[in-house]
Amino acid sequence: MDTTDGPLVPPQHRRVVLGFKDAEDLEAPDLPTESLPLNMGPSHPAMHGTVRMVLEVEGEKISSADIQIGYLHRCFEKESESATWTQVFPYTDRLNYISPMLNNVGYALAVEKLMGIADDIPERALFIRVIVGEVSRIADHLTCLGAGAMELGAFTVFLYALKAREWLFELLEEVCGARLTSTYLRIGGVHFDLPPEFGPKLLDILARTRIVMSDIGKLLERNRIFRDRMDGIGIITKEDALAYGITGPVGRSTGLAYDVRKDHPYLVYDRFDFDVPVGSVGDNFDRYAVRVEEVNQSMRILEQALATIPAGPFMINNPRVALPPKSETYNSIEAMIAHFKIIMDGIHVPPGEVYSYTEAGNGELGFYIVSDGSGRPWKCRVRPPCLPAVAVLTKVLPGLFIADVVPTFGMMNMIGGECDR
Amino acid sequence: MAQIVLDRLGARFTGGEILESGSEHGDEWARIRRDAWIPVAMFLRDDPSTKMEMFIDLTCVDRFGKEPRFDVVLHVYSVSLKHRVRLYCGAPEEDPWVDTLVSVWAGTNWFEREAYDLYGVRFKGHPDLRRILMYPEFVGHPLRKDYPKEKRQPLVRRQAGAPD
Amino acid sequence: MGFEFHTSSLKAAVNWARKFSLFQYPFVTACCGMEFMSVAAPKYDIARFGAEFPRFSPRQADLLIIVGTITERQGPALRRIYEQMCEPKWVVAFGVCASTGGFYQNYSTMPGADQVVPVDVYIPGCPPRPEQVLDGLILLQERIQRGEGHSQIAIEAEKGYDVPLAAIRPLGSTHRKEEP
Ligand code: SF4
Repeated sequence: MDTTDGPLVPPQHRRVVLGFKDAEDLEAPDLPTESLPLNMGPSHPAMHGTVRMVLEVEGEKISSADIQIGYLHRCFEKESESATWTQVFPYTDRLNYISPMLNNVGYALAVEKLMGIADDIPERALFIRVIVGEVSRIADHLTCLGAGAMELGAFTVFLYALKAREWLFELLEEVCGARLTSTYLRIGGVHFDLPPEFGPKLLDILARTRIVMSDIGKLLERNRIFRDRMDGIGIITKEDALAYGITGPVGRSTGLAYDVRKDHPYLVYDRFDFDVPVGSVGDNFDRYAVRVEEVNQSMRILEQALATIPAGPFMINNPRVALPPKSETYNSIEAMIAHFKIIMDGIHVPPGEVYSYTEAGNGELGFYIVSDGSGRPWKCRVRPPCLPAVAVLTKVLPGLFIADVVPTFGMMNMIGGECDR
Repeated sequence: MAQIVLDRLGARFTGGEILESGSEHGDEWARIRRDAWIPVAMFLRDDPSTKMEMFIDLTCVDRFGKEPRFDVVLHVYSVSLKHRVRLYCGAPEEDPWVDTLVSVWAGTNWFEREAYDLYGVRFKGHPDLRRILMYPEFVGHPLRKDYPKEKRQPLVRRQAGAPD
Repeated sequence: MGFEFHTSSLKAAVNWARKFSLFQYPFVTACCGMEFMSVAAPKYDIARFGAEFPRFSPRQADLLIIVGTITERQGPALRRIYEQMCEPKWVVAFGVCASTGGFYQNYSTMPGADQVVPVDVYIPGCPPRPEQVLDGLILLQERIQRGEGHSQIAIEAEKGYDVPLAAIRPLGSTHRKEEP
């Protein structure tokens, strides 16, 4: 809670630097250093998205960090205020653009909560949402792990991770027609049913992804360079995580066992058996390990969901929300009018305010929606899960070396679209 | 679910600090008088029966045409007791300010900067109230309802006729 | 006559060499970057087309790929990066955001990167599929071969050479299939 305490020092026993016992030995006390401002970004290869860091360094040591975000402010809120409720979906895709399905899920749940139709969503739609969401989550973590490792020089890991991500993207493309920006969910359900043979294909991909994950683990976990740059670097305490509102893998790495899927189950997550990995130190390696384990848990969820998914409709049976089937739209005047009304006027959402939260790739993704009863949102605020994780860097970075910025920042998994919206 | 929080608030603050409270779609909310903003936040964080130790979100709503025009909206959550609450604090259009909560939850820092940047609500006592998403040269507060959506304020443009 | 013939075929040889040794600087800002990763990754492998190596310093690059939304705040940075690159240089706008602003039309996003730097090839799509990107790269290579890149024209003009008017025609009116 206290913002004034000093910089965090990595635990000495975990850091071994090239024959020196600990980091302090590296400092030659008789060399005078002068503090120097150092600018990183906004276009820097290790800055996912764009962010600018102005570091004050003394020698190699960072004494203060000013992190400037906002280089990717695309005005999600202003845009959604002039879009109909359904038209907001494409904008949500581009928040966390590695796992667009999870953002779609968050937004759809928020609007359904506001409309009070959350209980009428068919079971199959709920399962489909879980499945595509977890596939997205795996893609998200794979990208973070691969990119994080690449920044430390492990290019092979990056290629392996992208290979696996490519399989997942192609599977999602079969589901919704787009590799990345899916816009697959709709208020009241999902747009299409799963394609035939989806289950076997997904299981096959999961089996192959497991092999990739174990390869990545073999390449990294006992790799001296990787461990030296991850262990004990960038420690976040549990108190900080609470005060800053850090959730998701970064929050859990500090020992804060908070996962929306477990604590406030939404969709059908309460029917699956899965574990929430929690770290103990809160350093970079914990964040890496939590992500790896979450991939495994997502695979478990997927397997259970595929085994239990029921047949049936995938869209709510409510003509005010769901578009009529195409065959009717083209053949009957009533259906055509209904179609026209929903497309042009948008879905009618009663006035009110709601805050709905789901677990996205980076933590609690909240949508705070204010509706005034017109066809468009009055305010559609998204609570960005990675903004707090980036904000805490101003506190974590001082005391670290310049070279530690890259792995620390990489493991925070800042996604520009979501952080700056 | 979090009715207990509202009950505790009502019992502790009896001098009219809680202007209104209620529950909507399963979310409990309370509207706080502007001068009680920090004490209420402190109380929620420290009281053993509320224990709102986790900061979730802080933003602002422009209720254009109503009074007070701006509402600062705070969401907090208790990890141990698993409940959450939404607090509003109104700020009038002529002089929109609200006390900063940085001393209560350190994470509000950037969120308050964002609310200042996009809505122009000033947070009194904030250690570093700068723009965060827009650039310093930007004039106005773009998420206010009276800011036109496509009013750009370019920093650079190609000159016509330049060789490039 | 003979002299002209020699210079033009020398130029052609130089341009031929240029088009297969593009060193790119990816200015990655947004979602398109994810697709850009895919283009560089094993399956699509942009290296096969002679644009292998991402250089992470603009001074070593001659192809600037603008990947993702450009906001007003980024404009000065983009301009500066472009100015740091050595001539001749080429610019590709990757995705509709970099081309026109896409569906972000608001106070913060720039309506296309060409507001700040001259763009040679626009690749539409939100995000463009990797195949489309490879197609765009081939288009650019043909443009380089013909000497029609913005900066190539500018260099020629500076030297006082006659710039063929045809070279300035908009890209849309040419298609690589028509070329010999
Ligand atoms: S074109 Fe589409 S995918 Fe690419 S940056 Fe813009 S919004 Fe993102």
